[in-house]
Order: sequence, then structure tokens, then C-alpha cells
Amino acid sequence: MTQISNPLLRVDNLTMMYGDRVGCKDVSFELRPGEVLGIVGESGSGKSTLLRSISAQQEPTKGTVQYNTRIDGVCDVYQMSEAQRRLLMRTDWAFVHQNPRDGLRMNVSAGANIGERLMAIGDRHYGNIRSNADAWLGKVEIASERIDDLPSTFSGGMQQRLQIARNLVTSPRLVFMDEPTGGLDVSVQARLLDLLRGLVHDLNLAVIIVTHDLAVARLLSHRLMVMQQGKVIEHGLTDQVLDDPQHPYTQLLVSSILQN
Amino acid sequence: MEQTVNYSADGATAYNFAYLDEQTKRMIRRALLKAVAIPAYQVPFAGREMPMPYGWGTGGVQVTAAVIGPNDTLKVIDQGADDTTNAVSIRQFFAKTANVATTEKTTEASIIQTRHRIPEKELREDQVLVYQVPIPEPLRFLEPRETETRKMHALEEYGLMHVKLYEDIARHGHIATTYAYPVMVDDRYVMDPSPTPKFDNPKMNDMAALQLFGAGREKRIYALPPYTKVKSLDFEDHPFEVQTWKDECGMCGAHDSYLDEVILDDQGNRMFVCSDTDYCTERQEAGHRGPQHHDQPLGNAAREKAAE
Repeated sequence: MTQISNPLLRVDNLTMMYGDRVGCKDVSFELRPGEVLGIVGESGSGKSTLLRSISAQQEPTKGTVQYNTRIDGVCDVYQMSEAQRRLLMRTDWAFVHQNPRDGLRMNVSAGANIGERLMAIGDRHYGNIRSNADAWLGKVEIASERIDDLPSTFSGGMQQRLQIARNLVTSPRLVFMDEPTGGLDVSVQARLLDLLRGLVHDLNLAVIIVTHDLAVARLLSHRLMVMQQGKVIEHGLTDQVLDDPQHPYTQLLVSSILQN
Repeated sequence: MEQTVNYSADGATAYNFAYLDEQTKRMIRRALLKAVAIPAYQVPFAGREMPMPYGWGTGGVQVTAAVIGPNDTLKVIDQGADDTTNAVSIRQFFAKTANVATTEKTTEASIIQTRHRIPEKELREDQVLVYQVPIPEPLRFLEPRETETRKMHALEEYGLMHVKLYEDIARHGHIATTYAYPVMVDDRYVMDPSPTPKFDNPKMNDMAALQLFGAGREKRIYALPPYTKVKSLDFEDHPFEVQTWKDECGMCGAHDSYLDEVILDDQGNRMFVCSDTDYCTERQEAGHRGPQHHDQPLGNAAREKAAE
């Protein structure tokens, strides 16, 4: 980034309690346009809870999530009306699920999957929707002739790429990703990561990516947050955190990667 | 519409007037009033067991029972016809439990209960059209969660409806939905016009008669007050169109009515006839003739004679 811009997203003291149990506790950070934040940690460390709370899917027990909207400026996500929040979620935000079946409509064609968001914001010209869908298939490296096929006929990697296209078609500014490469084999993972990195760069997307795979975090994210038992235990530039981990848990995490 | 409370039909003293008890009718009327106040909004109501199976028009029957009075004249049609099983049995049901006059003539009826059609003849302000609805929720095709579809209605999130139409065009090259074609009512609610053919959608727009919709199994009522704006959904480059036929009605020669195809034999012979039997009969009585009418030179009788 050449210049410092206003934060796109600001999270303050976010705490999510499940009864007495801690989901995540006192998480605060800022995210600027075009910035990629990785959240790593072991299973059960509160990564997904945090992501759900930030992405307006689960109201936190305490703390605020503020987003710099295009029209109204900075707004508290949980103070918005539900209509506004849902509009935000399907236009300026995107959510890429680990399992593409959670993010796709499996019973309509790939083209309709991509077109859905366009139609949701009022696009009523079939030809335009279709050419837009076609262009996006190209961007995620799916052949044009598959535009009328159902996602269930796609391979796992293609489904994941389709999910990404479907989410990015409205040019969101903030994308949430929950283990986007989980369940894919290594070569497909590499291709997907390459694609994601390109898209993030070209579209200047801000991304919050949850993963337990440090390699994914290293490849995609500028900054890294390490979580353990619901708390952020280390936070810094990705290379810094991975090359010079300070917290014992981060050291353990980094050293547990197979070296060759 | 005046209504005699506790009037019992002759010879059926065990029943209250029009089968349902007065409290139930009041409950349904309250739902109807709400439905009329919010056009196309689906109002839940405590649907009763009716002496007929779900899918046979239990919703429509309950709505009719709630609005019918002893001075009403009832017409019941099923796919436009007055003489099919469903229509005959519902007509008999009300003749027996409400002792009302029944008719097959559209113009003479004050209440018309229908399954799948709107009469060809334009309806008047003093008429009520009651639809039997199997699936009231237009969004269900793509979103099975009822909690979610209600939220979508509340927030006017209707993009999904166009996804269905998009799929149609992508697969068939045109919007292939021919019945239950979704409509936007009063620029607010998307509504499933029940499985009427889309041919009838334009008739719903700005109709003089009150239109009431009853879904018995799903226990929902919705309504279109007279003169409500009803617009069929479409794309800018694929506008809404109704079905057209190359043929005319074989019996009355009508070009402007909804035609049913009738297979005549296994040699590929077929004919088209008006689905609205009353409309067809009236035209025939007025002297209109189609090519297959029995007293036509090209009619079946003449053809058989010629074959001999």
C-alpha cells in the first residue's frame, strides 16, 4: 500500500461467550482496504466463532464491529437494520465457505449461481447477467461451456472456484474465507491459492481468512493473528510471526510444520 | 354480503350453514380481512379438516364457506370446466350444506371457486373469485426454509425469483414456466398465482372482482383486492408472454381463449377445445362453430360419412 487509508473494518473488544464457555475474548483489530488478514490457530481456538461474529452472522456478547460502508460511512454492523445488514452481506461483503455446498445453490446452474447476486441487486437483463457470469467463469478458470451445468457435476476444486466467482461478482470490498482450501488435494490447493492471490491483488480485496494451514496463511496474508483458547496471543506481519514467533504456542505451531 | 347466522340447510340440520361453525368462519374472515389489507401477503389461518382430502381444494372450500351467504350463487370450476369431478363434488357440497343456488354460468355467479383457471369472461365488481392453492410460497423452489422465505418477503429480497426464470431461459431458451408464474403485486409482494396457466396472469391485473386464495394444507390465505396491480416477473430482454395456439377451438372456433389439447386416437389426431366450458357453450349457443363441431361439414359425423 502506497498510502494509509481509513480502516475498512474495525473490531473492538469482541467477546463471544457460549454460556460460561469462551468462544473468543477481547479481540480488537483494524483492517484496511486491500489488506489480507490471516487467522490461524488449532481446532477449537475460536477462529470460526470470531469470523462468524465479525461477518454479522452471530451477534457477539460484547464488543463492536464497525464497517466503513460505501454510502453511510462507518456503521456498527449490529446496529444496522436487518435489511441493511443483509444488503451489505450480499453486495459489499462475500463469504467463502470451506464446503462449497454451503455457499452454492446446488440445484441451479453455474451461471445462475453467479448471476444470483446480480439479480438480487436488481439486474433484470438476461443477456448482461449471462455475459457477466461467463466472464467470471473465465476469471476462475472454468470453461465457458460449463455455464449451464449444475455445480454437482463439478469437481471439488471447480466448485470452490465457482463459489469464489459467485461471491466476487458484485465486486465486494471485504471477503471472509473459512478454510477455503480445506478438503482439496495439494495440487488443487496450490492452483486455488494462486488464483486467490491474483484476484485479491487485482481487485484490491480486503480479506479475512481463517485457516489452520500455516502455508496458506504465509502465501496469502499480509498480517497474521494467532489464536489459542479464544484469545489472540500473537499478532503481526505474517513473515515476522512465522519467522520469529514470540509466544510459546506460536513457536510450537511453527515448529510442528514438517521441514525439509 | 349478508349472512344468516345459524341458518341450517334443509335436510342437513346436523351441519351449520356452509359446514363450518361460526367461530371458524369468523377466524377465516379475520384472516381474509388482513389478507385484503396487505395484498398478496400470506396470512396464516387455523385451517380445519374438511370432508375431502388435501389437494382437492380444502383451502378454497374453507374460504368459500367463510364468505358465502344464503343469497349467493356459486359456480365451481376445475381447469375451467364445470363438469369435472372436483368441481361437481364441491358444488354439490355447498348445495347440500348451504343450500345455495349453483350455476355454470360465469355471469350469474356471485362466488366462483376455481382450480387452475380464471373464466374467460371478464368478472365484475359484485363477484368474488376463490382460488384453491396447493403451494402458496413462490420462493420455495429455491429456498426450502420457511423462516428464510418469510424474511425474504419482509425485506423484499426477490432476486431469487429471477434465478428461477434465469434457469428457464438457460435451459430452454425462453421462460418455460407456464403455470404458477410468479407475479409482483402492488410493487411489494411476490405472489404465486396458484397453478393457473400464465395465460390468466394478465387477467389478475386490475381485476374488478375480489380475488381470494386459500391453501388448505399449508394453512395460508392471501388476497388481491379489486383493481390491484399485478405484474408478471420477467427480464428486460425476455419479456413476459402468454401462451398462444395456432389452432382454434374445435367446438366454438374461439381464438382468444385458453385451449386444451385432446388426443382423439392413437393415429396422431387431436383437437383443441376451450378449457372454459361455459365460455365455449355460450359461444356455440350463439351460433359459433369450430371445424370439429358435430354439425359442421368438417365435423366428425361428416367425415365418417365421407369415409363410407
